[in-house]
Amino acid sequence: MATEPHPMDERGGPPRAPAPAYEPAHGRGALRRVARVGRRVGSSLERVDEAAMARALGWFSIGLGLAQLLAPRALGRAIGVGERPGLIRMLGLRELANGIGLLVAKRRGPWAWARVGGDMMDMALLGAAARADGASSAEDTSAGNRRRIAVAGVAVIGVTALDIYAAQKLHRTEAARAPAAMEVRRSVTVNALPEKLYSFWRDFENLPRFMKHLESVSVAGGNISHWVAKAPAGTSVEWDAEIVEEQPGRRLAWRTLPDSELFHEGSVEFQPAPGGRGTIVRVDMRYRPPGGRIGARLARFAGEEPDLQVYEDLRRFKQLIETGEIASTQGQSAGRRSVIGRMSLGGRLS
Amino acid sequence: MRAVCWQGVNKVGVEDVPEPHLINPRDAIVRVTATAICGSDLHLYDGYVPTMFRGDILGHEFMGEVVEIGPGVRDLQVGDRVVVPFPIACGGCWFCQHELYSLCENTNPNAAFAEKLWGHSPCGIFGYSHLLGGYAGGQAEYVRVPFADVGPIKVPQELSDEQVLFLSDILPTGYMAAENCDIQPGDTVAVWGCGPVGLFAIKSALLLGAERVIAIDRYPERLRLARDAGAEALDYESTDVLAALCDLTGGRGPDACIDAVGMEAHLHGVVGTYDRAKQAMRLETDRPGVLRQAIMACRNGGTVSVAGVYGGFIDKMPFGAVMNRSLTIKSGQTHVHRYMRPLLERIQKGEIDPSFIVTHRLPLEQAPQAYAMFKNKQQECVKVVLRPS
Repeated sequence: MATEPHPMDERGGPPRAPAPAYEPAHGRGALRRVARVGRRVGSSLERVDEAAMARALGWFSIGLGLAQLLAPRALGRAIGVGERPGLIRMLGLRELANGIGLLVAKRRGPWAWARVGGDMMDMALLGAAARADGASSAEDTSAGNRRRIAVAGVAVIGVTALDIYAAQKLHRTEAARAPAAMEVRRSVTVNALPEKLYSFWRDFENLPRFMKHLESVSVAGGNISHWVAKAPAGTSVEWDAEIVEEQPGRRLAWRTLPDSELFHEGSVEFQPAPGGRGTIVRVDMRYRPPGGRIGARLARFAGEEPDLQVYEDLRRFKQLIETGEIASTQGQSAGRRSVIGRMSLGGRLS
Repeated sequence: MRAVCWQGVNKVGVEDVPEPHLINPRDAIVRVTATAICGSDLHLYDGYVPTMFRGDILGHEFMGEVVEIGPGVRDLQVGDRVVVPFPIACGGCWFCQHELYSLCENTNPNAAFAEKLWGHSPCGIFGYSHLLGGYAGGQAEYVRVPFADVGPIKVPQELSDEQVLFLSDILPTGYMAAENCDIQPGDTVAVWGCGPVGLFAIKSALLLGAERVIAIDRYPERLRLARDAGAEALDYESTDVLAALCDLTGGRGPDACIDAVGMEAHLHGVVGTYDRAKQAMRLETDRPGVLRQAIMACRNGGTVSVAGVYGGFIDKMPFGAVMNRSLTIKSGQTHVHRYMRPLLERIQKGEIDPSFIVTHRLPLEQAPQAYAMFKNKQQECVKVVLRPS
């Protein structure tokens, strides 16, 4: 059933053949059996889209949660676990939160997996209740309770199967949507001729003058250059790149060598703007930082938005070409700053 | 050195700060001999311009003596007496080359932030929030001037500081407000606000050939200055401005209307209260009472020229009037560089003497009192010139 390629590999590297279709390992564990049942049910649900399924499960959670919160005693008696209003109310809160999460979250996969976790918890509690009940004295009520617990258990197993199916499906589609490589396209208009801009850019050793995160670029000879960039937390990343396309005065493209620590490719185009308005410079860059998607997210968390970064680099490029310097207020005079001022200034805002 | 620093809403202080130094090759350091408080500084003082931080050095109207230049500065020497325009312009971008200096693309290091608020960024401005670059201002003993070979204009010794200081902002701002009206023979121009910019707009409109100018304010001393400058004066506290303008223009309305007030208009009545409440709750950033009135008053096919500063978003903008009555709206931070030389020539010829607006001359140390006095229009204050000792 899962025929789409596995989500993009976390590590960078040249494009690879699609990973084999997802094949679950068949095992003996109860969980795996439940999953298998779930998949069988799932195959008949194939045409139900996962968003509708997530919504249905969300409303189911909310319904169950409300029942647990408002009528914990009646519910406890109905499933044969007796009067445990405190515990059942807690479970009700969990269901409610889970239901809301499934209905409103942008990424629903984690919430569907949370439901699976909740199902496990419910089964464990039912099991414990059954054992405790078996040890109790009153024979007739005990038999009735055990039957009720068994019915409840079967219901939970059925719901669990559905949950696992929905969670897997949501996880796959959402992972396929999330970009694995960061792609940035930006442009700026510079008041100079394309040829001048091209030759400035073609000398890669100029790049660190306006690309803030580059420490250095050294041309190793031929089309190969060695790049050193600042990375989060005071570290640095290095790689070798080669020029893969060269159209003097018009276009330049480069790419990391296949065995590099990270994957990066970029191109820059120089197109005359109409009416003698200079040159439109378009940059297109793709890169997968070390650490893959997690690394990218960490970088974003640390404030390194690649889109803004490339844009500000382009602004600096324009300033350097048009004025010979880069506008700055770094190190200028100021009066006493407040704590907020010290925290706010010096980063993106200067 | 001593410098006037923003310390919070309604709070400025004179602090000891490090002296400025050259940061870029085209910088110069200027020892300030005279600096003024601008009406737009009051928007900072009142806390209506975002991205001000405690410790920011204020001031964008200043002049002085060049004491140091970077290796990239041509056409300027140590010892030159200069007036510095408030917008910082590079001279090399498409906008600078088309004399749209306040739209220079290269001088706002925080352009990405300005773009979030305004779509695109204008130039950097001295002492006018981090949104506009976060440059330290000139209400100080010394100031760093970037692109010193583009902005500062040398002024002859025979003219006094007070005759040339206002070339830095308000004289060109009043002039551009009038120029934007595209004045034709026989035109009537209405000017809201008789502060320094409004007064210079009145003078400029007459200089550019307006038949008559009608000035609107509420302070008697400002209305008197407007009359002295050649305008007819309306006190909006005792007159229905729209009816009066209609009546004075034979029912048509003024050919052009200049808003020299901006984002903190004081209007009475329901609408004035509405704007005050919304601004206080941060539901609109500006109080556009004057702009609305100027639009409603303007004759069909006329021009509304906006010189007063606006910061963000306004409510109840009568745009139906603009569209259906073919109005033209012109505005902008002043392209000061464009006007400095021709206006200096007019001053030298005696056609304009801008020093008539100065009502208070104080040492820099008294800036806190000066801001409070100017804000509250005490002691008939119209313009304060500060001098570092």
